[in-house]
Amino acid sequence: MRKTWLAYPYTLWMLLFTVIPMGLLIYFSFTTNSGTNTALTWTHFQRFFEPIYLKVLLRSITLAAISTVICLLIGYPAAMILNGSSLKYKNTMITLLVLPMWMNFLLRTYAWLTLLERKGIINSLLVAIGLNRLDLLYNEFAVILGMVYNFIPFMILPIYSVLNKIDRSLIEAAEDLGANPVITFIKVIFPLSLPGVLSGITMVFMPAVTTFVISRLLGGGQITLIGDLIEQQFLLVGDWNFGSAISLVMIVIILITMGFTSKYEREQTGGGLW
Amino acid sequence: MADHLINLINVSKEYNGTKAIKNINLYVRKNEFITLLGPSGCGKTTTLRIIGGFEYPTDGQVLFEGTDLTVLPPYRRKINTVFQKYALFPHMNVFENIAFGLKIKKIEPKIIAEKVGRILELVCLSGYEKRSINSLSGGQQQRIAIARALVNEPEILLLDEPLGALDLQLRKDMQLELKAMQQRLGITFIYVTHDQEEALTMSDTIVVMNKGQIQQIGTPVDIYNEPKNAFVAGFIGESNIVSGIMLEDFLVEFAGCKVPCSDQGFATNEPVDVVIRPEDLKIVDETEGIFKGSVKYVTFKGVHYEMIVEAHGMDWMIHSTRLRPAGMKVGLKVDPYDIHIMKKVAANA
Amino acid sequence: MVTRILKRCYIALLFIFLYAPIIVLAIFSFNSSRSRGTWDGFTLKWYYEMFQDRQIMAALYYSLIIGVTSALVATIIGTMAAFGIHNMKPFSKTTVMNITYLPVLNPDIVTGISFMLLFIFLKIRLGFLTLLLSHITFNIPYVILSVLPKIKQLDKSMYEAALDLGATPFYAFRKVILPEIMPGVITGLLLAFTLSFDDFVISFFNTGSGVSNLSILIYSMARRGINPKINALSTFMFISVLTLLIVVNILMSKQQKTKEEKI
Repeated sequence: MRKTWLAYPYTLWMLLFTVIPMGLLIYFSFTTNSGTNTALTWTHFQRFFEPIYLKVLLRSITLAAISTVICLLIGYPAAMILNGSSLKYKNTMITLLVLPMWMNFLLRTYAWLTLLERKGIINSLLVAIGLNRLDLLYNEFAVILGMVYNFIPFMILPIYSVLNKIDRSLIEAAEDLGANPVITFIKVIFPLSLPGVLSGITMVFMPAVTTFVISRLLGGGQITLIGDLIEQQFLLVGDWNFGSAISLVMIVIILITMGFTSKYEREQTGGGLW
Repeated sequence: MADHLINLINVSKEYNGTKAIKNINLYVRKNEFITLLGPSGCGKTTTLRIIGGFEYPTDGQVLFEGTDLTVLPPYRRKINTVFQKYALFPHMNVFENIAFGLKIKKIEPKIIAEKVGRILELVCLSGYEKRSINSLSGGQQQRIAIARALVNEPEILLLDEPLGALDLQLRKDMQLELKAMQQRLGITFIYVTHDQEEALTMSDTIVVMNKGQIQQIGTPVDIYNEPKNAFVAGFIGESNIVSGIMLEDFLVEFAGCKVPCSDQGFATNEPVDVVIRPEDLKIVDETEGIFKGSVKYVTFKGVHYEMIVEAHGMDWMIHSTRLRPAGMKVGLKVDPYDIHIMKKVAANA
Repeated sequence: MVTRILKRCYIALLFIFLYAPIIVLAIFSFNSSRSRGTWDGFTLKWYYEMFQDRQIMAALYYSLIIGVTSALVATIIGTMAAFGIHNMKPFSKTTVMNITYLPVLNPDIVTGISFMLLFIFLKIRLGFLTLLLSHITFNIPYVILSVLPKIKQLDKSMYEAALDLGATPFYAFRKVILPEIMPGVITGLLLAFTLSFDDFVISFFNTGSGVSNLSILIYSMARRGINPKINALSTFMFISVLTLLIVVNILMSKQQKTKEEKI
């Protein structure tokens, strides 16, 4: 079926709605509008390198990285346990794992407000057993918690999927050659699961570093991440040029992250980015 | 029992209510090349995996040099396995794969390098140390799998249908190589296959299995010439098997004729299975044969002609280097020593 | 044995962590007071109020309409595109696929803002139309990514066999190709609907004149503080999704059973 024309409507659509907008973004980030003149400039990017803004960048990356690591530490064992369970439970448990993701993202984040408040459930429980109330909300702890909560299934699923595909006979071969379960894990299972781990890291780090909902709702406006910064620039301050510049920086971060992980990625889907 | 390296005593294995193997009794001697032979699902791989430690028996004992083997996990047994699909570690190169077991035993790197070099020589793949696994052909991967197991100098090597994925000529070459290796190294080989020719070529002892039970244990010659029951007769080599009645010692009736044979010890008029190998059934002139019939089909097999002769209401398979064309009327004759009588086996063994 | 218990505990804790917020919300949606620390009695009034609330119902309506429409349009354009892309020469294929990956890989805030810039640049007023257009746009790549692998897996000889047996190209397409790629199409459709229904960021930047979807509404309500109506909404949505999944599961296993019985 030599019908490449079928894709033309789509190509046109994408040119209009994806390529041109990106072009606009790039345009805005490199220009200043001063009345009649539009000049090319680096100032917006330079502005980004001021300490206040760099701090925001650093904080975003740090929080996202911490969340990613926590997701990995909690998620890898979970994926292993799920993989080791018997067939009839496996599917049910995977469904249960995925089910919360079907709930609205905002509702899931909002739900933690109830739990973490000063007058909320957790604090009430703490008081009931005689401890002090803790400040669980509107701080970095809450934001990290929100990130981990929202993204941990994205870490567990790829790792589980790769572990599932490991040929049983490789593990038996390792045992046959004298490796006890610990050595088998370190030398055989973990190396073979790396593609899943990298996939999980990407799928957690990227949304974590670009979110602004989690920081807005659970950080109460105290924690500013890059996402918040961009939103502010566009909707509050009205400085589209700066906002676009920050967006481009964000894209660069994403590309670097992906470049890292796709070095190990062997999968091709018939037309990839690299 | 001193030279019984492995002893299986009344071993059974059950999965979800069905018995994969029932009451297996067998022993394996030092330096023996013993083959578990049988069709798919007969339990040979299950038996092998129990010896290797990847399954635990539901009943019975597994002894290694007299002591209970089942208390040891696979990584503590002095046994190594060559897996059916090789199970080479894809993320390691040839050297790392072979050295895997040696590194665990904390052997010095210099000695490891030596041993790996020597074993690669043995499997005729010297210089392949740095190669990646998926750059190797099937036959090469196979030999690396063998090398990886052998380099650990196990007392027993288990081989689970290792030659199945290779093409015919390579398979035949590897059969001879494996046999030579086993004799040179003096290691006990326990081999699993469904290919009876392979078993006959390589083994000192063959264990024929079917439906989870042992049908016969013996040398290749014994099993081929004196099959104990219809199953073994049908599985090993080609056979003509027909029902008959043992009239008295040395006389059997089948296909409507009374034929002298060389077996005795059966009850008078006992129903038996009569087995005659195609190469033992001779085509002679119509007047000279015990049976009379005509040639139905002829197939050229290279080594001989295979002719199907219809006689006395049955189809008989004959192998001969002399061609009798289809339609020709012939007689069939067989020497008493070439008629094998066996007791009828119950329908569900 | 001990390890088995430990493993089960670990998973149980994980599930408690995942479900605790949802369950807590559900419980407090029946709480007759607004307090989040004390229980003051069972009530359904928040549900009643939720259904009465015009804003909430309007948001629900918009979420559904946008979801269904954008999913359908995206599926049609995307499926056609997948066929076209499949037959392209390597250079154009890579280019088009790279463009396809753009909305997928971009953080949603960047996608959302870029759409907004476009609409403002084209002087289109932000509202229902812009919302719909942006949803269709980010949905199509996911449809393509679901359908394309299925097309690649197609056995060309099946199509040729159909032609050989007398089918016209269109008939062959309908009876042979379409059923084979259907799983991919359905997956793409459902994926598109889910992404659209759940979307916040892109919608946030591209809507106006009072058109809100559910996510935007919840965001503005949540900014103002805890509201039991949200609890009721959340529980309602969770039960709906759960029911939907169970129903689909039962339907699918029934279909499986009748298929097996036919054989």
